[in-house]
Amino acid sequence: MADFGGTDLEAFRAEVRSWVEANFPASLKGKPNPMAREERGSEPTPDQEAWRKAVGAKGWGTPTWPAEYGGGGLSGAQARIVQGEFARAGAYNPIGGMGVMMFGPTLLEYGTEAQKQEHIPPICRGEIAWCQGFSEPGAGSDLASLQTKAEDKGDHFVINGQKIWTSGAQWADWCFCLVRTDTSKKHEGISFVLFTMHQPGVEVRPIPLIAGSSPFCETFFTDARAEKKDLVGPLNGGWTIAKRLLQHERSGLTGAGGGLGSGGKPIEVLAKEYVGLDDQGRLADHDLRTRLVTNAMNMRAFQQTAVRAMVEAKGNASPSSATSIMKNAGTQLIQERHEMALEIMGHQGLGWEGDAFKADELAAVRGWLFGKAFTIFGGSQEVQSNIVSKRILGLPDLTQAK
Amino acid sequence: MAVLTEEQSMLRDAAKSWVQEKSPVTAFRKMRDSGAELGYDVAAWNEMAEMGWAGVIVPEEYGGSNFGYLSLGLVLEELGRTLTASPLIASGLGAASALILGGSEEQKQAWLPKIADGSAVAALAIDEGPHHRPEKVDAKVEGGKLSGKKVFVLEGMAADLFVVSAKSGGAIELYLVKADAAGVSRSKLSLADSRGAANVTFENVAVSDADKLTGGAALLDKVLDRARAGLSAEMLGAALQAFEVTLDYLKTRVQFGQVIGSFQALQHRAAKMFTELELSRSAVEAALTAIDNDAPDTAELVSLAKAKMGDTFHLVSNEMVQMHGGIGMTDAHDAGFYLKRARAAEAAFGNQAFHRDRYARIQGY
Ligand SMILES: Cc1cc2nc3c(=O)[nH]c(=O)nc-3n(C[C@H](O)[C@H](O)[C@H](O)COP(=O)(O)OP(=O)(O)OC[C@H]3O[C@@H](n4cnc5c(N)ncnc54)[C@H](O)[C@@H]3O)c2cc1C
Repeated sequence: MADFGGTDLEAFRAEVRSWVEANFPASLKGKPNPMAREERGSEPTPDQEAWRKAVGAKGWGTPTWPAEYGGGGLSGAQARIVQGEFARAGAYNPIGGMGVMMFGPTLLEYGTEAQKQEHIPPICRGEIAWCQGFSEPGAGSDLASLQTKAEDKGDHFVINGQKIWTSGAQWADWCFCLVRTDTSKKHEGISFVLFTMHQPGVEVRPIPLIAGSSPFCETFFTDARAEKKDLVGPLNGGWTIAKRLLQHERSGLTGAGGGLGSGGKPIEVLAKEYVGLDDQGRLADHDLRTRLVTNAMNMRAFQQTAVRAMVEAKGNASPSSATSIMKNAGTQLIQERHEMALEIMGHQGLGWEGDAFKADELAAVRGWLFGKAFTIFGGSQEVQSNIVSKRILGLPDLTQAK
Repeated sequence: MAVLTEEQSMLRDAAKSWVQEKSPVTAFRKMRDSGAELGYDVAAWNEMAEMGWAGVIVPEEYGGSNFGYLSLGLVLEELGRTLTASPLIASGLGAASALILGGSEEQKQAWLPKIADGSAVAALAIDEGPHHRPEKVDAKVEGGKLSGKKVFVLEGMAADLFVVSAKSGGAIELYLVKADAAGVSRSKLSLADSRGAANVTFENVAVSDADKLTGGAALLDKVLDRARAGLSAEMLGAALQAFEVTLDYLKTRVQFGQVIGSFQALQHRAAKMFTELELSRSAVEAALTAIDNDAPDTAELVSLAKAKMGDTFHLVSNEMVQMHGGIGMTDAHDAGFYLKRARAAEAAFGNQAFHRDRYARIQGY
């Protein structure tokens, strides 16, 4: 289907529309994806299950992935139509998580035929939840210093060590994990392995965060087992794959919305409500007003840059240099907004729980606290700046930081 | 650091060693985890009172030591380092100042000795909305009855006595209202910084001239300035500790085969924080000294201190989390406590925007 012509696409749109009408349970209209919050407290309802299965069978949750592995096999234009029709019907994409965002695309690129046949279809059907065993207590920014050890036992590896920040590990079925298979080298001693989380050698402990309970875990491996067939790429060749996977992760992290991140009202609206206007219709707190409008203008320039980068990426073969600044620019703007939301709410923006505070006041506090992680994970603000100054600006690197 | 008298040095050293021994951050964590009803550890507060810290600004004839505000600031700075929660600012500083500056002989006799020995806790009930706007007072006294709603009253659950701002005949006055008086009700606020606070409602509470302090809006301003300066001293201690803990981490955490403090990107930010802390200390000490001297420019010096200290604590608390990386995001680490305390302290008695505006007004622009 390489046809970008209008008629075929319109026919496809009609097909998708009637399929969505026939398959999307009305009870889920406008509801958020139950998988999106990684805190899956309750079992999915029959309607949620039916929707997941229907989309999974079509492969439309992973629309551009190859059909032979259970993907939709669609062109980009067709994928956008599916997305548009889902949105039109108030339907969420029930297929998601780390398998879709990072692991699947990486395995499609680096996996063997057998690995793809085994692991990609369950991702497309939304049956298997994956978690990322990368960071360790001693290996954060310097991920390649990781120490979790995998010993070769013939047909399998035995894994010992500790991971941290394993998002969703308490619900995950499988883990894609970086392990050390050669202690004499740094980057060239790392392998990329897959194994089930449902085994005795895996212990998971959720990490309470400054914002409260969280889906992030410490994960301990004591003689855990990974089959040899689940080694992705060559032995000691995992670092290249990991870097590719991190690119997928980062490209998912750069979007900065205009809202609070907690689904609340825009802060300009909040400011009018909590601070009020002066007799000329300006925010009564002029100091706040100046900082608010500075942020709003920068936010606008950020969005303009996102659009420009997209246009340039289409026109040129190489990615626009604008993309390298997006994570730092976007996360800073969001953190500023979080801070101002608190300031705007004043005493009401200091609550932890209880009915003296409105739900969106409490959400602003939790959102502000969790938002501090935006400049830490997915490549910290400092690491991103290093990338810009060294790789883009060509400034010398005096550290071993890679 | 200001040049201290021998008494002041002794006071500071006593506070320093007590805090280290009896009130490290783990004590604050324990208090939080226990869900302490009052938002502080009563036994620790009793020890503090025994050492005379609740009476540092109280004249000797009412059971205090009359050491002054700079002295109390030294104690608050030490307590701030480990986030020690106590009613010292509400009671031994805020309410005590109201009584010292505006109380009649009977009022002083009735309350100052108890405040000074810690047997009574008094609190300021001033704010009525989400922001500190002390000039906006809807609470009123009519026909001998006080009615109104006060919010974010620090130590409002622990208080035996409230110092309440209310309008009487159109003018702001301060009234003493006992917490167990008929018509007073309060509800605990569960705050991010885990300190004690309450919303307090006064419904037709009987008050007479004997309950009124002398001085009106000008008195309120002076009382608030004392609370602001003292809180700034506490913030200074907290920010210093947050900085020192972070500096230690920069010297020990290894990534890329070197301590992260060897990266200039972090070094310069550490130097910046140090600079801001030095500037902030000057502002805080100047404000406290101005109060002790009853200097004519006290108000602007206090606004300078609260605004400067607020910005600095804001910066340092953010950097503490950022420079610790992921570990700083965990509840098991102390960084979150300093971050949460910073925002609560910034908001209390006027945030940076409030004090910048006030400073500009005083300067006439
Ligand atoms: C909420 C949360 C979720 C996460 N989710 C995941 C996940 O799903 N999977 C996963 O694998 N990891 C995850 N992480 C881990 C995250 O990727 C790491 O926290 C991050 O890489 C930073 O590592 P670190 O925490 O060890 O901090 P460190 O690397 O110890 O950094 C400490 C400080 O030093 C700075 N620093 C380090 N190196 C340099 C340098 N060369 N120059 C200048 N400054 C430097 C850092 O920027 C930071 O400010 C998560 C973290 C958090 C907080």
